[in-house]
Amino acid sequence: MTQTSERTQQQAVATDGLRVTGVRKSYGPVPVLRDVDLAVPAGALTAVVGRSGCGKTTLLRLIAGFDRPDAGTVTIDGRPVAGPAGVLSPEARRIGYVTQEGNLFPHLTVAANIAFGLPRRARRARGRVLELLELIGLDAGHAKRYPHELSGGQQQRVALARALAPEPGILLLDEPFSSLDVELRESTRRAVADALAAAGTTTVLVTHDQTEALSLATRVAVMRDGRIVQEASPAELYRHPVDRGVAAFVGDVVVLPATVCGGVAQCALGGLPVAAPAAEGPATVLLRPEQIALDGGDDGVPAHVVDVEYYGHDAVVRLTLGAACQVTARCPGYALPAVGAQVRLAVRGEVGVETGLG
Amino acid sequence: MSTGVAAAIRPRVGSRRAYPPVRLAAAVVVAALTLIPLGYVLVFVIAEGPAQAAELLLRPRVGELLRNTSALVAAGCAASAVVGTGAAWLVERTSLPGRPVWTALMAAPLAVPAFVNSYGWVSVTAAVEGFAGAVLITTLSYYPLVYLPVTAVLRGMDPAFEELSRTLGNGPWRTFFRVVLPQLRPALLGGVLLVGLHLLAEFGALQALRFPTFTTAIYDQFESTFNGAAATMLAGVLVLGCLLLLVGELRLAGRARVSRVGGGAARTAVPHRLGALTPFALLAMAALAGLALGVPLVILGRWLVVGSSTAFPIGQITEITLTSIGFGLAGAALTCVLAVPGAWLSVRHRGWVSRVLERSTYIAGSLPGIVVALAFVTLAVGYLPVVYQTSILLVAAYAVLFMPRAMVSLRAALAQVPPELDDSARALGARPSGVLWRVTLPLVLRGLGTGAALVFLAVVTELTATLLLAPTGTATLATEFWSNSSSLAYGAAAPYALMMIVISAPAAWLLTRESRREMGRA
Repeated sequence: MTQTSERTQQQAVATDGLRVTGVRKSYGPVPVLRDVDLAVPAGALTAVVGRSGCGKTTLLRLIAGFDRPDAGTVTIDGRPVAGPAGVLSPEARRIGYVTQEGNLFPHLTVAANIAFGLPRRARRARGRVLELLELIGLDAGHAKRYPHELSGGQQQRVALARALAPEPGILLLDEPFSSLDVELRESTRRAVADALAAAGTTTVLVTHDQTEALSLATRVAVMRDGRIVQEASPAELYRHPVDRGVAAFVGDVVVLPATVCGGVAQCALGGLPVAAPAAEGPATVLLRPEQIALDGGDDGVPAHVVDVEYYGHDAVVRLTLGAACQVTARCPGYALPAVGAQVRLAVRGEVGVETGLG
Repeated sequence: MSTGVAAAIRPRVGSRRAYPPVRLAAAVVVAALTLIPLGYVLVFVIAEGPAQAAELLLRPRVGELLRNTSALVAAGCAASAVVGTGAAWLVERTSLPGRPVWTALMAAPLAVPAFVNSYGWVSVTAAVEGFAGAVLITTLSYYPLVYLPVTAVLRGMDPAFEELSRTLGNGPWRTFFRVVLPQLRPALLGGVLLVGLHLLAEFGALQALRFPTFTTAIYDQFESTFNGAAATMLAGVLVLGCLLLLVGELRLAGRARVSRVGGGAARTAVPHRLGALTPFALLAMAALAGLALGVPLVILGRWLVVGSSTAFPIGQITEITLTSIGFGLAGAALTCVLAVPGAWLSVRHRGWVSRVLERSTYIAGSLPGIVVALAFVTLAVGYLPVVYQTSILLVAAYAVLFMPRAMVSLRAALAQVPPELDDSARALGARPSGVLWRVTLPLVLRGLGTGAALVFLAVVTELTATLLLAPTGTATLATEFWSNSSSLAYGAAAPYALMMIVISAPAAWLLTRESRREMGRA
C-alpha cells in the first residue's frame, strides 16, 4: 500500500524524465565521458548512438547506478540519483534495464522472470504477468517455459516485459537487438516499439545501428569520443547534421567543395540552396545521394553513369561529372539508367554546409 | 551456404552408425571390470538372504555406525558447502585484497591428504578426537571440492544477472540468494556430492580421530577377524549410502538449465566493495588457510626438525618413494589405457549403450576404496589365487577406483577432435591406424596427460585399498606413514608425508598450469 502511494506521489511531483548534467568518468587515465549533458523528456524514447568505444554504454551504466560518475549529476523524475550528494544504489532507482543478451534468469520460468521485480505478494498473482505477456505479443502458453526453450527474439521480448513489470520510472536498453539475426531483429524491434508506445515509459536506447535509432527514437543523440556532438529529432539529424562525421554516421553522404555566396553554395552540381545560414567563402557541401535526381531535364548538370549497384527497391548509381569529380546518387529501382549512359542531374531540397578547413 | 554444409556433416557426430565391434568389446570388458565390486556386494547380500542380513545388521553397534556416518556426512557436507561457497564468493566477487594469493591457497589443501591433516592435529592435541573434530578436519580437507566448481561458475557467470536483479529492486543480499545461489546450484550440489562420497570413503583421518564409521568398521572387522560376511554386509550398507547420495544429487539438480542463454563473451564483474568489512573478510580467509594448510604443514615441519623419534633412514625412504612412484605411474598408465574405449565411444557414438558403459565407470569410481579392496581380496582368494598378493591386483583396484578421473579428462579432449578431421585425414590417404597416430593422439595428448596426472596424485595418496591389497612386505609412502603415525611414532612418520607432498608436486603443478590455460582460453 505504502509503496503505491509513494509512487503516485513521485509521479505527481515530477514528470520530467531523465536529466544528465556535466557527467564525467575516467577509467584510470583514460577519460571515457567528458561533460555529457542529456535530457530525455518524460515518455520519450531517446537513442544514444555512436561507434563502439565512444562511451555510450558507460553512460547507460552510470544512469543505471552500476558505476559512479567522477563528476556531474543524474536526475530521474526530478530525483537526484547520482551527484555531489552521493549515489543511489541501482535497486533504489526504479529503473528497467534490458541487456544485449536479454540475460533471462536461466533457473526461472518466463512467468517467474517477469514477476522477479514485483513485490513478494504480487509475484503470486498471475494478472500482471499475463498483462505483460500480452503487451509484448506472446501468448499465455509461454509463461511456464524456461528461457532456453524460447527463440532469441522471444527472450528479448520477455526481458523487456521483466524490465517493465515493476513500472520503472525510466527504461534503459543496451543494444537489445544486436544479438538477433536480421529477420528476427526487424520483428522484435517492431514488437518492442509497440510495447513501449503502449506503456509510455521514458526510454534510453543505446545502439551502434543508426537505422535502428532513426526508426525507433523520438530524439537521437550522437556520441563521439565521450561527448554528445548532436542531439536532435531523427529527421533533423539526418537532414541537418552538424558536421561531416555525424552526416556520414547516420547515412551515406556526398561531399563536394563549394563556395558560399548569398545563401547559395556553388559547386560541381550547380548552385544549391543552403539549409542554415553559413559564412561566405570557401566551404564544403554535404548532401544525401537520394537528393540527386537523374531526370534533371535540359538545364540539369551533365553526367556519365559509371556503375549501378542494384538493390531491388532502389539502386546506387556512381556518376562522373567532368574529369575528376565523382558523386553517387540513389534512385528508385524502377527507373534505372544504363551503364555508360549520359544523364542530367538535378538536386532536390536544401544542402548542408561545413565551413572552415574542409 | 557454409551452414548448409555443416548441417549435412554434423549428424554424423552422434550418428546411429553401428558400433565398431573391437572398441565396443573393449569398452564392455572395462565396464565389467569396474562393476566387479558393486556386483560382488550385491550378489553377496542377496545370496545371504534377509535372515542372515538382519542378524548381521540389526545390532546396536551397526546403529551407532549408522548414526555416526550419517551425522558426519550431513555436517561435513553442510560445512563444506558454506565454507567453500563463502570462500569462492569472497575471492571471485569482492574487493578482497590479494586475490592471486587466495586463489592459490584455497585449492591447496587438496594436496594434503586428510589422513596427514588429521595426523597434524592429533599429534598436538587429543581435543580433536570425536565428532566435532572429525567434522572440522574433514571440512578443512574437503571444502576445496566445493570451492573449485563454485569458483569456476562464479568466474563464468555473467555479471549482468546480478546487475539486472539490482535494477529490479533487490539489494546485494537478496540478489545473492535469488540470482547467484540458484545458478551455483548444480556446481554446489556436484561439489557437495563429492564431499559426501569422500566422507563415506574416508578411513585414515577418521581412524586417527577415533570416530568410527562404516568404513573404519569394515577395516577393523576385516583386519581383526578376517570376517568376510560381516564386513561385506557393512559394505552393502555403505554402497547403499553412496547410491542414495548419487540419486539424491540427480533429483536435486533439477531440470532448469543454468548455462548462459545466448552467445557472446561475458564481461568481467565489478567486484562488490567490502569497505569496512575488509579486515573481517581477510581474517576469515587467513584463518581458513591457516587451519587447513598452515597447521598440518607447520606441525609436519616441526616433527621433521625437532621430533625426538625422527630417524632419517635414507635408504628405506628412497626405496619406498620409488615404490610409490612406480605404483603411481603404473596406475596412471593402466587407468588411461582402460578409459580410452569408453571415452571414445561416449563421444563418437552417443547412444544408450555408450552412456551405460560410461556411467558404470562413474558408479564404480564413487564406491569407497575399502569396498573395492574387499571385493578384490575376496574374489582373488576365491577364484584367482594367482593374482592374490601381487601388485597386479592393487594396480587393477587403482584403475577401478580412479577411472572417472581419466574418463572425464579424456572425454573433454576427444570432444575437441571433430570427426571431420578423421575424414580429412582419410581423404588425404591415411589409414585408420595412421589417423589415430598422426591426428587423434596428438590432439588428445594434453587431456590424456591431465587424466594421468590426476590418477597419479590419487594413487600416491591412496591409503585404504593399498593397506588391504599391497603384497606383504610392500610399503608405499601412504602405508608407511600410516603405520608409523598410528603407532604414535609421529617423527618417524613425517618424512613419508613430506615425500608424498614432494612427489605430488610435479603432477599438481602440471594440473594448475593446465587449468590456467583453460581459463585463458575461456
